Amino acid sequence: MEEGGIEMDIKNDATKNKLVFPGQVHETPDGGFLVTKLDDVINWARSNSLWPLIFGTSCCAIEMMSAADAKYDWSRFGFEVARATPRQADLIIVSGTIVMKMAPVLKRLYDQMPDPKYVIAMGACTISGGPFFYNTYSVVKGVDHIIPVDVYIPGCPPRPEALLHSMITLQEKIKHEPYFRKAKK
Amino acid sequence: MLLGEDYITEEGEFVINMGPQHPATHGVLHMKIWLDGETIKKVEPHLGYIHRSIEKMSESLSYRQFVFVTSRMDYLSAHINNQACALAVEKGLQIEATPRAQAIRVIMAELTRLASHQLWWACAGLDLGGVTPFFYAFREREAINDVMEETCGARLTQNYMVPGGVMNDIHPNFQKRVKDVLKQIKDNFHEYDEILTGNVIFQNRLKDVGYISKEDAVSYGCTGPTARASGVSCDIRKLFPYDGYDKLQFEEILSTGGDSWARYQVRMAEMLQSVHIIEQLIDNIPEGDFAAKTKVVIKLPKGDFYQRVETARGELGVYLVSDGAAVPYRCHYRSPNFANLSAIPRMAKGAKIGDLVAIMATVDLVIPDIDR
Amino acid sequence: MTNEELKYNITELLPAAFYDEASEFLTVIIPSEALLPLMKELRSKKEFDFDYLFCLTCVDWKDHLMMVYHLLSKTHNHTIVVKAKITDTVNPQIESVNGIWKTAELNEDEVFDLFGVKFLNHPNLRRLFLEDDWAGYPLRKNYTDEHMIKL
Repeated sequence: MEEGGIEMDIKNDATKNKLVFPGQVHETPDGGFLVTKLDDVINWARSNSLWPLIFGTSCCAIEMMSAADAKYDWSRFGFEVARATPRQADLIIVSGTIVMKMAPVLKRLYDQMPDPKYVIAMGACTISGGPFFYNTYSVVKGVDHIIPVDVYIPGCPPRPEALLHSMITLQEKIKHEPYFRKAKK
Repeated sequence: MLLGEDYITEEGEFVINMGPQHPATHGVLHMKIWLDGETIKKVEPHLGYIHRSIEKMSESLSYRQFVFVTSRMDYLSAHINNQACALAVEKGLQIEATPRAQAIRVIMAELTRLASHQLWWACAGLDLGGVTPFFYAFREREAINDVMEETCGARLTQNYMVPGGVMNDIHPNFQKRVKDVLKQIKDNFHEYDEILTGNVIFQNRLKDVGYISKEDAVSYGCTGPTARASGVSCDIRKLFPYDGYDKLQFEEILSTGGDSWARYQVRMAEMLQSVHIIEQLIDNIPEGDFAAKTKVVIKLPKGDFYQRVETARGELGVYLVSDGAAVPYRCHYRSPNFANLSAIPRMAKGAKIGDLVAIMATVDLVIPDIDR
Repeated sequence: MTNEELKYNITELLPAAFYDEASEFLTVIIPSEALLPLMKELRSKKEFDFDYLFCLTCVDWKDHLMMVYHLLSKTHNHTIVVKAKITDTVNPQIESVNGIWKTAELNEDEVFDLFGVKFLNHPNLRRLFLEDDWAGYPLRKNYTDEHMIKL
């Protein structure tokens, strides 16, 4: 019973774990063929090579750098190609406070990114203004006043593991996106 | 002025904007650069892309609270920023931290300095085209972060220093962990030299680039390694000792080069001095309370108080004006990066545009500290 | 030079100066018109030789603005604080010390931006931190802002 139970768990995990290729490979003598859905395979490819834009305004950017180093190593999840230009980026990690003067710049960077594009709001400042909520005259109280946000991470600053978690959450989100099929309303 | 606007002046100078979103500015700094061919004629910094009104906020926070906002100012020297504020309040109250707290503060401050210089070294390598130093430096930086986390509960913005001492006692493992980190740094330090310092391409990018003379460095108000590389003796730990730095043996690293290479060498040597300082203290942390007793609501007497400390980037001054209430009447931060930034137009004049990256890499700016 | 000697020498230069010795450093309080001549003397005279302006800021006392200059001499290792009182809060102005210490240029931009003090003979006076069309000077005590959420 117990052994069977464990096997069941592994099987369930394998179906849950979308890191495996979404589809069935049928081997034939002349090379085999593949049965899958175009939506699934496109989303699978996109979610595993998200290129973030290097966009750090303050403290959270240091934790973002920590996530890139050998200890946390975000390249395990396909994020290591950090781009300095928005035209080559799929994802913008807003790490740090956004102030009124920076807001138009962030909007322009977001507009310059090619579709489909995603936003991670990293840290308390980008969620609500965080420590700079009260009695400040120049801070934007939440980055979602400027651009739409896909994943929020709380923390001041969040740990690198939290950033990795948010990235995996974003991958999950992308895998369930309709690409060809119509979105359910 | 529009962002990204480029044009040619009547004299045929080409004007470009570097930043506010540029990887080599380490944040959101915006430099307007006038170029003749590739030669820089003039640089004008435009700031405020991360101006978070910390000084206005501080006027409505109590003397216990305003300390913690400063961790977000120069986040790479978070401990030392907290220390400056705590010392300023202590100066107003005319109390002193307990001997145990002072020793813990100094160890934490020097660990912060080490971590900060390691991050600078990683970024200097990245800016000038080498990715590998990043992984070497972060190996040690993460070890320091783990020590911080164990005692303070946070990796980056620790909020550990409070007026009167520190927030809680050190973790039982602290001394052992710190010694392990120091050993790791000393064992691995030769790798830093092998991979970057000895590299001829790297040296040529820094030598004779971004020269600033001793007189100019003083006039522009440069402090920290930037000024010490020009031969200005400005180490606050030596000149105006605080928290028991006067009882410790260490050297103020001075160089007379004045160029980017000298700034690089000064920072590298400072790391070893920090290791030396911690080694003197780590086995001699006095027993006793970790914080002096203070009232719950702190009220400073009327007057102004100025406290300076040496952060990893230079002299941080906290200027507090009190009118006797429970919140500061005015709080101003004399930021080391702000003064160092004002010298960049002088350093960059006549250099090539590619050299501006080398200059900014060795001055080591933290933009939220400039904008505050 | 000790504080007493500094005080004696400055009184010779500027009899109208007030002194405040309650704080850590010797503080000289002068009217804003007398700032530039005094500062020039403090920088150029061999016995003063204040070559390092390490803190420049302003304090709003509601009925007047107080410019605060912290000066240090690297050669003699003495410190002085010069406070210049600006009585006109509607249209405050003062001479720039940018020609004496170069670090003053950006610091005066900052004070102009946040307090609205106009610096005469400043080469490039501009809003440093806020947008050019920002209304008001945020570090003034009477500043109001509809976006600001009071605790």
